[in-house]
Amino acid sequence: MRVSSWVLLALAPLSLASLMTGAASLDPSSLGADPRAWMLLMESRLPRTLAVLLTGAALAVAGVVMQQLVRNRFVEPGTIGTAESAAIGLLAITLIAPASPVWVKMLAASLAAMAGTALFLALIRRLPPREVLLVPLVGLILSGVLQSAATFVAWQTDLMQYLGIWLMTGEFSGVVAGRYALLWIAGAATCLAWVAADRLALLGLGEQTVTGLGLNPVAVMRLGLLVVALVTAMVVVTVGMVPFVGLVVPNVVARLMGDNLRATLPVVAAVGAALVLACDLLGRLIRYPYELPVGTVLGVLGSLLFLWLLWRPQRA
Amino acid sequence: MIEIEAVSHRIGQVTILDHVGTRLPRGAMTALIGPNGAGKSTLLNLVARLLPLQEGRIAVEGLDVTRTPSRALALRMAVLGQDTAIGSRLRVRELVGFGRWPHHQGRPDPADAAAVLAALDAFGLTPLGARFLDELSGGQRQRAFVAMTFAQATDWLLLDEPLNNLDMAHARALMARLHSLVREEGKSVVLVVHEVNYAAAWADHIVALRDGRIVAEGPPAEVLTPAILCDIYGMEMAVTEHAGRPLVLHHI
Ligand SMILES: Nc1ncnc2c1ncn2[C@@H]1O[C@H](COP(=O)(O)OP(=O)(O)OP(=O)(O)O)[C@@H](O)[C@H]1O
Ligand SMILES: [Mg+2]
Repeated sequence: MRVSSWVLLALAPLSLASLMTGAASLDPSSLGADPRAWMLLMESRLPRTLAVLLTGAALAVAGVVMQQLVRNRFVEPGTIGTAESAAIGLLAITLIAPASPVWVKMLAASLAAMAGTALFLALIRRLPPREVLLVPLVGLILSGVLQSAATFVAWQTDLMQYLGIWLMTGEFSGVVAGRYALLWIAGAATCLAWVAADRLALLGLGEQTVTGLGLNPVAVMRLGLLVVALVTAMVVVTVGMVPFVGLVVPNVVARLMGDNLRATLPVVAAVGAALVLACDLLGRLIRYPYELPVGTVLGVLGSLLFLWLLWRPQRA
Repeated sequence: MIEIEAVSHRIGQVTILDHVGTRLPRGAMTALIGPNGAGKSTLLNLVARLLPLQEGRIAVEGLDVTRTPSRALALRMAVLGQDTAIGSRLRVRELVGFGRWPHHQGRPDPADAAAVLAALDAFGLTPLGARFLDELSGGQRQRAFVAMTFAQATDWLLLDEPLNNLDMAHARALMARLHSLVREEGKSVVLVVHEVNYAAAWADHIVALRDGRIVAEGPPAEVLTPAILCDIYGMEMAVTEHAGRPLVLHHI
């Protein structure tokens, strides 16, 4: 519980700082009088802050769900091909029907993400259960293959620029009001994961135990798949994939609090949101007034966090 | 009663179970014995609908396991698998709490909490309740899994090698508790054991498997004879008697 209160304490000042930080200066005292300051807040700063919070929370939760689905801690939607599949779906819809409305694109990305993740789940079912490292390895191979396919198509059709935005550099500088609404769907998927928290936690006990308790493991897995695919697709469509959150946050929280998802999912969401927000803020401050992509900062900070976790002195 | 009729199971070309048919009595303790690879776990998992039934028919208290809704079965029988390794970092009381799932489906009430506490207490796990499973010894972990099955509070308990990793005292305590569940609460227990003397001392009924077939069944005194034991295990052993029950001298 100490962890959760710490993180919740950190979220408020981080969010405030995020609202105040940017290339244009914002004076909180002038908000009432100056309509331009108000507009800057409502059109740019608030959307950006909300987008970052939603993305961080949703990706962290999607990471947990993915890890429960495969019963392996070394995977996240970004390392097993979900993000690449979503990008392929987007590519396809952009090529087939470039003028289609946003919701069609979102649907295409989600369906493709679901198909890609289902393919991964089918592949790893054939692996020997004890080989824990084969699972992330197969994921890396699959995501590599999917990415090459996407790159080939994008190259042929002059869409490389888009692909880069979707998969490489998740960043939030382009987020303004009205441009991040899809992330609320990722947020809703996260809530769905919370509703099903007990079922998802049970998955971790193995299919036989789940069946023995009268629960259909396949139904739970479908639900998890839906959460992972929706979150990933929405993030890829809106801001581009942000690496590492889905991997490092669930592992940190599991170390400290365990895997009883009913208790840990809110903490996972809060830590994910705080981590991405902190990284986004840092990215905005390090070379002010220019910005570093959040993914770059996360790479550095995330690995430091992970090292701390490994080397942290053990309490009895 | 559990009815098993003409059950066969194949994996690829290999026949694991070959026309197995028997009845496991209600209100009694049944021990499944047999050498490694005999098909004991396969049979137990088929009864517990953890494996799809390929051929034959299995009914628990008249409920066909292939057609009855899984939750209805979970309220009648609890299963402890042979392989209890899990990757999740759960606390002992969280694990035992999951045993109540069929009753509350995610909304535990005070009765569920009480059942969890009782199960923890019954297996000496109360002081370990807040520990993570990966911070326990093998036997303590095994007891946690048994407690989870116990918390499910079903009429039937199917236990695949519940004595794994337990020391003598805990093994005997578990057998005594199962025995009292049968005698005092009218429950029915089916368990796989390798140490035939536990079956000899506590079981009411023994089913012996070898190479996917039932080679003997009946009360301990009838099954645990030198001739049948030699047939099952392929080694000579003497059988004496202790307190009116067979005692198999298989270790010397
Ligand atoms: N997934 C599998 N693929 C192939 N063969 C299998 C598989 N699972 C079990 N078997 C085989 O089925 C046979 C019966 O296995 P089972 O686990 O039922 O034996 P058991 O009687 O429980 O043995 P033990 O006492 O060692 O637990 C064994 O010969 C085993 O090799
Ligand atoms: Mg076995």
